[in-house]
Amino acid sequence: MARKPATKPKAAPKAARKKSIAKSKAPNATNDELLDYYKAMLLIRRFEEKAGQLYGMGLIGGFCHLYIGQEAVVVGMQSTAGPNDSVITSYRDHGHMLAYGMDPKGVMAELTGRRGGYSQGKGGSMHMFSREKNFYGGHGIVGAQMPIGTGLAFANQYKQDGGVAHAYCGDGAINQGQIYEAFNMASLWKLPVIYVVENNKYGMGTSIERASAVTELYKRGDSFAIPGKQVNGMDVIEVRAAAEEAAEWCRAGKGPFILEMKTYRYRGHSMSDPAKYRSKEEVSKVRQESDPIDLLRACIADAEAATEDQLKEMDKEVKSIVTAAAEFAQQSPEPDPSELFTDILVEA
Amino acid sequence: MSAVKQRSRKTTMLEAINAGMAHELENDPDVVLLGEDVGRAGGIFRTSTGLQQRIGSKRVIDTPLDEKGIVAHAVGMALYGLKPIVEIQFSGFIHDAFEHIMFCAARYRWASGGQYSCPMVIRAPSFGGIKGGFWHSQSVEAYFVHHGGIKILCPSTPEDAYRMMIAAVRDPDPVLLVEAVPLYRAMSASFVHDGVPAEIGRAEIIRPGKDLTILSYGPMCHQSVIAADDLADTDAVDVEVIDLRTLIPYDIESILKSVKKTGRVVIVHEAPLSMGFGAEMAAVIQEKAFGYLHTPIQRVAAPDVPYHFSIGDECYKPNAHRIGLAIKRAMAFEF
Repeated sequence: MARKPATKPKAAPKAARKKSIAKSKAPNATNDELLDYYKAMLLIRRFEEKAGQLYGMGLIGGFCHLYIGQEAVVVGMQSTAGPNDSVITSYRDHGHMLAYGMDPKGVMAELTGRRGGYSQGKGGSMHMFSREKNFYGGHGIVGAQMPIGTGLAFANQYKQDGGVAHAYCGDGAINQGQIYEAFNMASLWKLPVIYVVENNKYGMGTSIERASAVTELYKRGDSFAIPGKQVNGMDVIEVRAAAEEAAEWCRAGKGPFILEMKTYRYRGHSMSDPAKYRSKEEVSKVRQESDPIDLLRACIADAEAATEDQLKEMDKEVKSIVTAAAEFAQQSPEPDPSELFTDILVEA
Repeated sequence: MSAVKQRSRKTTMLEAINAGMAHELENDPDVVLLGEDVGRAGGIFRTSTGLQQRIGSKRVIDTPLDEKGIVAHAVGMALYGLKPIVEIQFSGFIHDAFEHIMFCAARYRWASGGQYSCPMVIRAPSFGGIKGGFWHSQSVEAYFVHHGGIKILCPSTPEDAYRMMIAAVRDPDPVLLVEAVPLYRAMSASFVHDGVPAEIGRAEIIRPGKDLTILSYGPMCHQSVIAADDLADTDAVDVEVIDLRTLIPYDIESILKSVKKTGRVVIVHEAPLSMGFGAEMAAVIQEKAFGYLHTPIQRVAAPDVPYHFSIGDECYKPNAHRIGLAIKRAMAFEF
């Protein structure tokens, strides 16, 4: 099985970069697919930028963890998702919800705590759900979503619905003990779950080297005979290829699969984190050399999948979706105080 | 140097916690601080800012994200003679470590026939007020007061936070320090950073009165004082507010003394009502001072529901208004 790390996001010079993208681009990605991914990633980025703005204006309270920089991971994963696949992730969840098809208006309105939000304003940024999209959150406790995701996979298997669970966590969460309890059961019972470890190099303020004895996270399943693969999480096509491989493994009844996505978050852990534990140069280097949206844009240009004008048109369209979401999120009414007492138990 | 130390300093709750930990780290080589991001980043709320630089990374330790692992680790350290201070970033994350706190740390002295003890401090930033959503706004203290073997402190002022930290570190048993997140930066006070510990198990009258006793702790003490002041003006009620400060062991003498004086009691906490700390207080008071009560004991608490993200800060937490209504109920009640 794939144990060898795949191509790393190297700091390639600009000229060489295009080449490496063209190389990494799976020949079976159609132009339409490239544009779909581009639009999905751009939507996440613009949405998150807007969320950051609204937070700065005091319209979003509490915590707000932006996904900027990691867009290729969730878009690449989602591109292979089947109708019965279930999804669960951590508190850095806005991008996941958008990628899996949730309405930007409902997501933004949950951020502002309004009635129009996916949890009617009860949950906020970290805690929202969509039964329609088989999306199980948004989980506020680091790592706790992984065993739950394993249970989702059990249900997928039990119902024989062909579904695979996508359980996402970060490189910080991977040191939580309950994840290994989940690994054991998942492998023992051959559950169809893809554990997606988004390694953005920092668990809050602590770099992976300072938190993990073994930093090659795709190996964390070794003791449980779970295959793992390291993936360039900045390259949506590479992510997609890895996701296909993992999903195939799961759907064939062989059990779980671990995908370590090497990625990077541009912003702090949350809006209140000034990210002083890393240098500005480090961040701008990633932005300049391996930004997932820039990489895909170059890829689109190489393939001549769209003209500059068409991409600009797409930019405009995405912007207007985000603007509409932000407007909705401000216009939707605040919850009534009586909402404190609804949905505690089943209504009589 | 000591002259500098003796000067009174304006201190926020955050700075007080920092100063308390610094004092113990500097004066006792067995004290260590560990937790997620406590070192280089200075803690999620910056309570340990600068400590790793001053004390060194051998004793101010950044850990992986693993609450159960961190606490269990600290139990082992404490059994072997160290005095670990463990930071749980939010009390909402503490439940994963519950077994090790309540059934290991709080049980070793008993289970070993007094051979071992677990002198450790578990810091649990608690309560709502920062729009944290339901996981990050929890009042968890009631889960930990159910059986002995552990002490539970909840400072409501910077000076108490400083002195309680020192007392907690020096205590030979495990201590859960319930820290009030909404007070971290909300207030400051001047006091001398002299390393004198608080007395564990002693309540304090923070507003003397003769008509009614409010028992509270943490941020709700301040709301209680506001309510008492308001009603003194409008209703001519003279309310005594007691800051319990220590939940386990609670100061039964001070409580009864006040209750016997006033004959009316309102208990205020932010945690949900049912089977909460107030229920135990009410039970003990009626057992020991039934004949002194003029009216039924009132409780003001959160409802038994999760903390609402959007409107929790306004509608879920008790506030001076709701405390005022309870005072009026207690004053106007007729049998």
